[in-house]
Amino acid sequence: MLLSVKNLEVSYGNIKALHGINFDIEEGEIVCIIGANGAGKSTTLRAISRVVPVGPDSSMTFMGQNLLDYQADKVVSKLGISHVPEGRRLFGNLTVKENLQLATFARKDREKIPSDLELVFSIFPRLEERITQMAGTLSGGEQQMLAVGRALMSGRKLMILDEPSMGLAPLLMLDMFEALKKINAEGTTILLVEQNARLALRFAQRGYVLETGEVVLSGPSDELANNPEVQKAYLGG
Amino acid sequence: MTYFLQNFVNALQWGSFYALIALGYSMVYGVLLLFNFAHGDIFMVGSYIGFFVATGLVGLSAVGVITLPYWLILVLTILISMILTAFVGMLVERVGYRPLRDAPRASAAITGLMIGVILETLNLIMLGAERYKFPELLQTEIYELGGVSVTNKKIMIVFVSLLLMYLLNLFVMKTKWGMAMRAMAYDFAVVPLMGIPLNTIAALTFGLGSALAAAASILFGTAYPVMDPYMGVTIGWKAFVAAILGGRGSIVGAAVAGFILGFIEIFSASVFPSTYRDLIAYSIILFILVFRPHGLFGQEHTSKLRL
Ligand SMILES: Nc1ncnc2c1ncn2[C@@H]1O[C@H](COP(=O)(O)OP(=O)(O)OP(=O)(O)O)[C@@H](O)[C@H]1O
Ligand SMILES: [Mg+2]
Repeated sequence: MLLSVKNLEVSYGNIKALHGINFDIEEGEIVCIIGANGAGKSTTLRAISRVVPVGPDSSMTFMGQNLLDYQADKVVSKLGISHVPEGRRLFGNLTVKENLQLATFARKDREKIPSDLELVFSIFPRLEERITQMAGTLSGGEQQMLAVGRALMSGRKLMILDEPSMGLAPLLMLDMFEALKKINAEGTTILLVEQNARLALRFAQRGYVLETGEVVLSGPSDELANNPEVQKAYLGG
Repeated sequence: MTYFLQNFVNALQWGSFYALIALGYSMVYGVLLLFNFAHGDIFMVGSYIGFFVATGLVGLSAVGVITLPYWLILVLTILISMILTAFVGMLVERVGYRPLRDAPRASAAITGLMIGVILETLNLIMLGAERYKFPELLQTEIYELGGVSVTNKKIMIVFVSLLLMYLLNLFVMKTKWGMAMRAMAYDFAVVPLMGIPLNTIAALTFGLGSALAAAASILFGTAYPVMDPYMGVTIGWKAFVAAILGGRGSIVGAAVAGFILGFIEIFSASVFPSTYRDLIAYSIILFILVFRPHGLFGQEHTSKLRL
């Protein structure tokens, strides 16, 4: 087991966003969490990245280590968990190259950085062409490529992605998911959350359905895709 | 014309002080979205640290433990004081501001003012009310250039200030630490996701700003040697105005606006009675801010605080 999450509770002030959810991820998998607006998808990822506090009875184990012992920046630099946040959140005042460099700020395995950069450029050749461009002036599709490339440079064990399809034209969405498949094939486990359930279930091996802070269903993607309730609620009937 | 040039030289000198101090306000604001209202008092602390470093080095030279020329003592004083004052700034961040990272901004502002008072009072308690005088490390030499008198001190002050600003720019633009500072100014919340410890960058920023204030205070001390515990208050507020004029968070803006402030002040004083100087100077700045509320180089972009 790569990541095991037990009884994860997160509150914002008095509002409980996650009511004790459980899920786990095996090494090498692509797993998705689907759910509607406000279901708690982003919150789940923020909890893994340790940028929101979790409830006292929650536990998260990553490669046998207690994730709760790590601060947000150490989750990335020590454990190799990278996070592509909702809305990309690139550093628009930095160039493409600087965005990629910055992600390696605290990496200890510096000898692996050049080959990771090569991997990023082989998956997203567009980024290499635009290396000196300010990230803020990239097109939406290029920005998403950079957001994923940047995450790849920051850590290679597990990549968690918050709605990577958001704001992309349908063809670009497919390209993006193909790119994620390549990244996965190079040895990075992937956890993604999506509102676009159809797409997510097509690429992921397994999925969890999140509704108002609770996991209501889980299983292999094809099972979920054929489940009448899922079809009705998330796949448009 | 000579009258103009004479004022020009003086304006450059005062602009140097303001710019160096304003940079500290702006860098901290850029990275942490707060104004460190203790910064003027950090300037004062830098001056006293400089006083003891300089006095110590002069003393050691006098008894023959080391033999250093005075210019080298000045250089060492600047460097050592910058380092020590950087630690004071980092301590202020650690103790005063870090616990308030998620608190309302007004709390941080009040904390800054209180830290300022604490620094002033500590100075009074430890050193008493006696006024200290910064040691004369550079003998004044006056050069007459076409009727304009320029002192070696003024040249040194302007040169060292510009050099420090150039080095700061190199650091911010070329090193990974500087890159992290720029990233943090753009989007605070994402920086940890890059594996970068926010606290380290915050401390670094405070340290850099404080080091520049220390450099300013020692340059200031060579020209205006009389020291007192409140010496940082007025110059600190004025540099704060320069930081606002330059645009909150803008490094270039702070440097440029520091010099603009120097020019406005000196030329106001040269045209109007000097008692009117601040009234005129700050009215002009208010007027500019009416038309450019974000300052000369400020952007509307504000860093997001949450993921
Ligand atoms: N910073 C915050 N402060 C207060 N409440 C929050 C905050 N962030 C999220 N919430 C609340 O927590 C719940 C879960 O939000 P979350 O962002 O995790 O949903 P989501 O599934 O990612 O939704 P979306 O698909 O719209 O991105 C929502 O009710 C939301 O209003
Ligand atoms: Mg979300």
